[in-house]
Order: sequence, then C-alpha cells, then structure tokens
Amino acid sequence: MNAITIGIILNGSEIHLKSNSLKELIDSLNLSEARFAVEINREIVPKSQIDNYTLNDKDEVEIVIAVGGG
Amino acid sequence: MEKLVVGSREFSSRLLVGTGKYKDFQETQDAIVASGAEVVTVAIRRTNIGQNKGEPNLLDFLNPEEFIILPNTAGCYSVDDAVRTCNLARELLDGHNLVKLEVLGDEKTLFPNMTQTLEAAKILVEDNFEVMVYCTDDPILCKELDDIGCVSIMPLAAPIGSGLGITNPYNIEIILENSNKPVIVDAGVGTASDATIAMELGCDGVLMNTAIAEAKNPVLMASAMKKAIESGREAFLAGRMKKRLYASKSSPEDGAIK
Repeated sequence: MNAITIGIILNGSEIHLKSNSLKELIDSLNLSEARFAVEINREIVPKSQIDNYTLNDKDEVEIVIAVGGG
Repeated sequence: MEKLVVGSREFSSRLLVGTGKYKDFQETQDAIVASGAEVVTVAIRRTNIGQNKGEPNLLDFLNPEEFIILPNTAGCYSVDDAVRTCNLARELLDGHNLVKLEVLGDEKTLFPNMTQTLEAAKILVEDNFEVMVYCTDDPILCKELDDIGCVSIMPLAAPIGSGLGITNPYNIEIILENSNKPVIVDAGVGTASDATIAMELGCDGVLMNTAIAEAKNPVLMASAMKKAIESGREAFLAGRMKKRLYASKSSPEDGAIK
C-alpha cells in the first residue's frame, strides 16, 4: 500500500502529511477541545464538515483560535 | 444603570474591556470580573502548531455563555484580511455575528485606515454582521459609518495603548450630536477620570484594554473603571451645573454672627 503524502500550507508554513483527513490533522494539533475555526483556500470549512473533509495537495489551510486582544 | 442597546443586543455594563497584555489568563479573568464588563474583546490568531494537549485557552477562562465575546480584527491592514477574520470569528463562535471592525493604517500610530474601514464595513453589514467600528474621531466619517449601518461608532480618544486620555472632546461632542447609534470611545483612556470624562460628554460606553492591563494592580484598576463609568454616566444624566466665573454662596447670608 502506498502511503499518501501531501504537502499543504498550514498557517503560512509548508508541511507534509501522511493522511489527507482534515480531522486527523486537527487531532494531531491537540485542538479538539478548543474553540477554533478552519479556512481552506479562503473558504470557511464549517464544523459540521470537518470530519469528512479531504485535504488536497497544495491546500492553504488556516486554523485560528481566540487570543487576548483589545 | 439603564441598559446599553447595541444592534440586537442589550448590555448591562457600559464598560467594554479587552483581554490583551495580561500576565496570564487568571489575571485576565480576575480583572474582567472586577470590571463588571459584559462585553469582552478577543483577537483571532493562527494557532500554534504543536500546541500541547490541554494547554489553556482564553475562552476556557471567559465562557462565551457568560460574556458577550466581541472578536476584533486587530492586526488587519486591508479590507480582505478584516473580512476574512470576521468570517473566521463567526465560525469560531458558532454563528455569533457581533464584531469589532478595525482596519489599521500604520504600525506606529495604529490609526485606522478609514477608506478601507468604510469599505469593509459595507461588506460586513451586507453579510449580516453587526459591526462595531473602531474609527478616527472625524465626525463626517463617523456619520458615514452610521449611515452604512454599523451598530456602534467607536472613535478613538487617543492612539491605542497610549493612555493619553480624551484628546479631542469637541469632536466627540459633535460625533455624539450627529449619531443615531451608540457612540463608544475605543482606545486612548489611561485612568479612571478619562473614562468619566468620556461618559460625562454623553458617550454611551467606553472600550479599554491597556489602561487596566498595564496598571500596577489591574484588578483594582478594573474596579476603579467600573465606578468611573457609572459615575460619568450618572453625572451626564443628572446634567451638570453651569460654570460661572465668580463665586456663588452656598450658605445663607442672613443670620451670620457679626
């Protein structure tokens, strides 16, 4: 079986992934319990679609959280 | 105190506070509780890659069910970035559509870029956001933002984080006179009396962060700000006496021993 390797831009940095599952990427970031939002190629990915979302090579992914600010 | 109505929401406190620059999340929470504020601003930022499991998150300390979270677009210098940030914030907060729009023009002054702010405000209002807008204290531009449909006009009193106080009370007065929407002074307040001055002018509220977070004792300053806002509001509603050049006796003239 060939391992999938895709390259994406996550929050501005290029990374390589062995899985094309967005859910697995988020789990690997330890974000599951936090409030976050995801944008892929400038489109919001609603929470309800995250579990079944398939990433593609060269996707530009932004994952954001709330931080202190004025 | 009577409620502050902003768009479709009602706030019981006229003090709105930021969550930046605190030592830690516990101090943030303690100061915000002491301030009595109901509306708290947050920034939206890229998450750290490789966050540790169970690492505390700001929203663990400020439950969105207890506070009204007001996401800002701080750090955005273009219409596009500001609109994207608002969309991410709306998703992050489960469809919550109240945002604080700020499109900055310059890193040194953090003054807003008003042409970009107007354009972003139009896009966001059309997309059903309720926009509270950080802006310059230019009465004409404030009126335009009001006409576009922003739910609150938030002129700066002085540059963000400067603590210089209400530098142009005359413009604030004109903005208040022209505005159909709540006017909230956003940025520039340094200490309690500054907040009171804003409220005495008739402002509907004050939004601040650094004045509390950078005080030596932020929790005590938060409490001072709560009182300052309430005092200023009551003084405004009470209507101050007229100033006169010479003295006017407070005690009766008759019956004084001679």
